[in-house]
Amino acid sequence: MYLIQIFLVLFFFFAILKVAGRYRASELSLSAAIAWTVFWLAAAVIVIAPNSTAYFAKIFGIGRGADLVVYLSLALIFFIIFRLMVKVEKLNKEITLLVRQMALKNKDLK
Amino acid sequence: MFYIIIPAYNEEKTIGRVISGLFENGYNHVVVVDDGSTDGTAKEAERAGAVVLRHIINRGQGAALQTGDEYALAHEAEAVVHFDADGQFDAADVAPALAAMHVARAEMVMGSRFMDRRSLVPFSKKYFLLPIARVINFLFTGIWLSDAHNGFRILSKNALRKIKITQDGMAHNSDVVRQVKKHGLKFIEHPVLVVYREYGQGLGGGIKILWDLLFAKLT
Repeated sequence: MYLIQIFLVLFFFFAILKVAGRYRASELSLSAAIAWTVFWLAAAVIVIAPNSTAYFAKIFGIGRGADLVVYLSLALIFFIIFRLMVKVEKLNKEITLLVRQMALKNKDLK
Repeated sequence: MFYIIIPAYNEEKTIGRVISGLFENGYNHVVVVDDGSTDGTAKEAERAGAVVLRHIINRGQGAALQTGDEYALAHEAEAVVHFDADGQFDAADVAPALAAMHVARAEMVMGSRFMDRRSLVPFSKKYFLLPIARVINFLFTGIWLSDAHNGFRILSKNALRKIKITQDGMAHNSDVVRQVKKHGLKFIEHPVLVVYREYGQGLGGGIKILWDLLFAKLT
C-alpha cells in the first residue's frame, strides 16, 4: 500500500463520518447521506484497488482506468456546478423579492 | 399622474439636484428607490422632497426600478419615467418625450443619445462598446435600437402592468425591450441628452450584462 492510498482512505473515512454527523444533525436528507456515503466508498475502492477501474475503462472503450475516473468526475462536477448556479440565481431572486416587499411595506407604515 | 422613478445607489452628491430639477419642471411625484446605499442618499432624497423607498441591501438597478414600478402601479400612475440619479440626464427632456409618446400613441419611449447631436459620448463607448451592445441587444430581443442601455424610459400604465423586470442587475434594459416585443407593445425612441461626468458601464460591465442575459436564456 502506498502512503497516498492510506491518506486518501483515511480522508474518505472521515468524510463518511462527516456525512453521518450532518445526517444526524438533520442537515442532510437520508437519500443524500446514502448517496454521498456510496460515493466515498466507491472512491475508497478505486484508491485501494486502482486496477478495478481498468475493467470499466475497457467496457467504455477508454485506455486507462484513471482517464475514465477523470472523465466521469468532470461530467459530474460540471453538472453539479450547473445545478448550483441555477439554485444561487433562484435564491438571489427570492432575496430581491423579500427586500422589495420590505421596501414597499415600510413605505406605507411611515 | 406621472411618477418619476429614480433608482439610486450611493448618489448623495447628485440626488438632491436631480430631484429639484424634476420639481422645477413640474413633476411632483418623484420616487427614489435607494438600493442599499451606504452613504446619505436616502436622507438627501427625503430632504429634497421625494418619496423614498429603501432596499435594505443592494439588489441592482433592475431590481430598484421594478420596486419603483410596483409602487407607481399601486398608486394608480398613468405612466412612469425612469430617470438616472447621477445627474447625467436633463429633466427638460421628459416633456418632449411624453408628448412624442402621446402623439405616436406608444406604450413605451426609450431614450437615445444618438438621435440628435447633443450628447458627447466618450469615443470608446460610441465606436466600440455601444455598437457591440446594440448587436447583442438585437440578438437577445430581435429589435434594433439606435442606443443601448439608456436608462431613460417612459412606460404607460399598460406597459407597467405587463412588464415585470426580472433582471436585477444592469441587464434590465435588454429584459424590458424583450418583454416589449413579447407583448407587442408599441414603442418609440426619443432623443435625450446625456452629460458624461463618469464613464458608466465599461467592458467589464458589458460582459457581466452579456453573461446575465445568456444565463437567463439558458436556465
